[in-house]
Amino acid sequence: MINITNLTRYFGTLAAVNAVSFSVGKGEVFGLLGPNGAGKTTTIRMLTTLLKPSEGTALVAGYDVTTDPLEVRRAIGVVPQMLNLDIDLTCAENLEYHGRLHKMEPGDREARIEELLRFVGLWDKKDTPVEHLSGGMRRRLLIARGLMHRPQVVFMDEPTVGLDPQARRLIWGFLESLKRKGITILLTTHYIEEADALCDRVAILQTGRIIALDSPTVLKAGVGKYSIECLGRHDIPRKFFPTREEAIDASREVCEDIVVRESTLEDVFINLTGERIDT
Amino acid sequence: MNFYPIIWKELKLIRKKPWRFLASSLVMPLLYLVTFGWGLGRGMNVGGGTYLEFVLPGILALSAMNNSFGPVSTSLNISKLYTKTIEEVLVSPVSPWDIALGRTLSGLGRGLFSALMLVLVALATGVHLHYSVLFFVVLALTSFCFGAMGVAAAMLAHSHEDMANFNSFFIIPMSFLAGTFFSPDRLPQPFQSMIMVYPLTHASIVLRSLAAGNGPAMGSVLILAAYAAMFFYLAGRLVKKTA
Ligand SMILES: Nc1ncnc2c1ncn2[C@@H]1O[C@H](COP(=O)(O)OP(=O)(O)O)[C@@H](O)[C@H]1O
Ligand SMILES: [Mg+2]
Repeated sequence: MINITNLTRYFGTLAAVNAVSFSVGKGEVFGLLGPNGAGKTTTIRMLTTLLKPSEGTALVAGYDVTTDPLEVRRAIGVVPQMLNLDIDLTCAENLEYHGRLHKMEPGDREARIEELLRFVGLWDKKDTPVEHLSGGMRRRLLIARGLMHRPQVVFMDEPTVGLDPQARRLIWGFLESLKRKGITILLTTHYIEEADALCDRVAILQTGRIIALDSPTVLKAGVGKYSIECLGRHDIPRKFFPTREEAIDASREVCEDIVVRESTLEDVFINLTGERIDT
Repeated sequence: MNFYPIIWKELKLIRKKPWRFLASSLVMPLLYLVTFGWGLGRGMNVGGGTYLEFVLPGILALSAMNNSFGPVSTSLNISKLYTKTIEEVLVSPVSPWDIALGRTLSGLGRGLFSALMLVLVALATGVHLHYSVLFFVVLALTSFCFGAMGVAAAMLAHSHEDMANFNSFFIIPMSFLAGTFFSPDRLPQPFQSMIMVYPLTHASIVLRSLAAGNGPAMGSVLILAAYAAMFFYLAGRLVKKTA
């Protein structure tokens, strides 16, 4: 569904996205994980025809984003990082506007508005102007809007950014049910657990480049499935072990208050870059 | 062709705040009318009639311009720079030309509406002009022209300051000079030619001629139409470039 080769975008001399290549298959949930400024939004903006690539090619649903932007737009749903709803319009009106932009038939539009507002739990708010909604509700409406015209591929840029854990779980639930429906999703995030919990495959991005790409399980196995941590001490070099037993054995030599835990994508990132993601 | 959703949204928003819309369409032209028409002009005579009869077509052209250019450029500028709502349209299959057309037509509607309201006010207070279908067609063309200019200006502006500068250095001087309050042929030569460059001058000339019961001043009609076509082309190209 998505096929990009050597995709590059310069802002002046800065290569915000630098020779990125990957493919996303039908029904796959693909994650771009990386710290702020890694180039996630820039990548999504190129794939959704908002920004022209400086170099490289990108095919979405079989169409080239540079030469066939209108066909690409017909096929995609976009959930941007910035909440760009019309705050003077109600929830239902925001969706109706979107349906009209996509030339949906009136009857279909009505049915879909109800279906989606129920799906994201905003049906009782259908006539409420967006300016009276909380941040979490706005995010949910933004997701509903991106799905309104039944796109084959959905792009979500940091769909849970700034939300409290409960609101985040709720959105994860939506994404899981979309996944079960076989919708192709490309999402970006700088939350490790999000990439781990939702994505079939993850590309780890740093300063515009992909530094690792695989399923979360394989990526974590790559560093060693288990890791040890000493409570209250941060001066111990990170070490990874393929099995829990080896981790426990090794820990005896280091300190007493030890925890053995499973590795995370954060460990993968630190292992590759020497830095944490959440900075 | 799928420009209607853009107009649909405008209408929705206007329907939610009709009084604000009405007030913003009418305050400026009414102020001009009171100041330059009744305040200054009751006793003065220009050509055959009163100054009020002379100035009203100019104020109508001005009103059409302000209410198309102003709201169109402001709302598009905010949508592009701050709320980013334009990006929803830019990732939908609505073509750049439809976006430009939808925005321009909403300017046409606003400009024409404010002029019509002003005509009603003038009629109610006993100022009579020769109104013909052509007179309103020219008002519509004027509104279209400046609506398209509003789209182009907003797409060119990189900041709110750019927009404010365009207003201060282009729109405001044009409002005062372009044959709105006086006839351009009263000015000495180099200024007269400069003023003839303004599209608004030609709108005033045509409307004034029609209002006096004369022909439509074809030269100025053609120039105004040429400006309208040029601004619309520019608007479409600029939207296309950002998408
Ligand atoms: N319009 C722009 N002009 C100049 N630099 C930009 C622009 N957009 C993004 N950048 C830069 O490109 C890099 C990647 O940004 P972005 O794609 O937004 O990262 P992310 O979404 O991963 O946080 C950053 O260094 C950012 O400052
Ligand atoms: Mg981003």
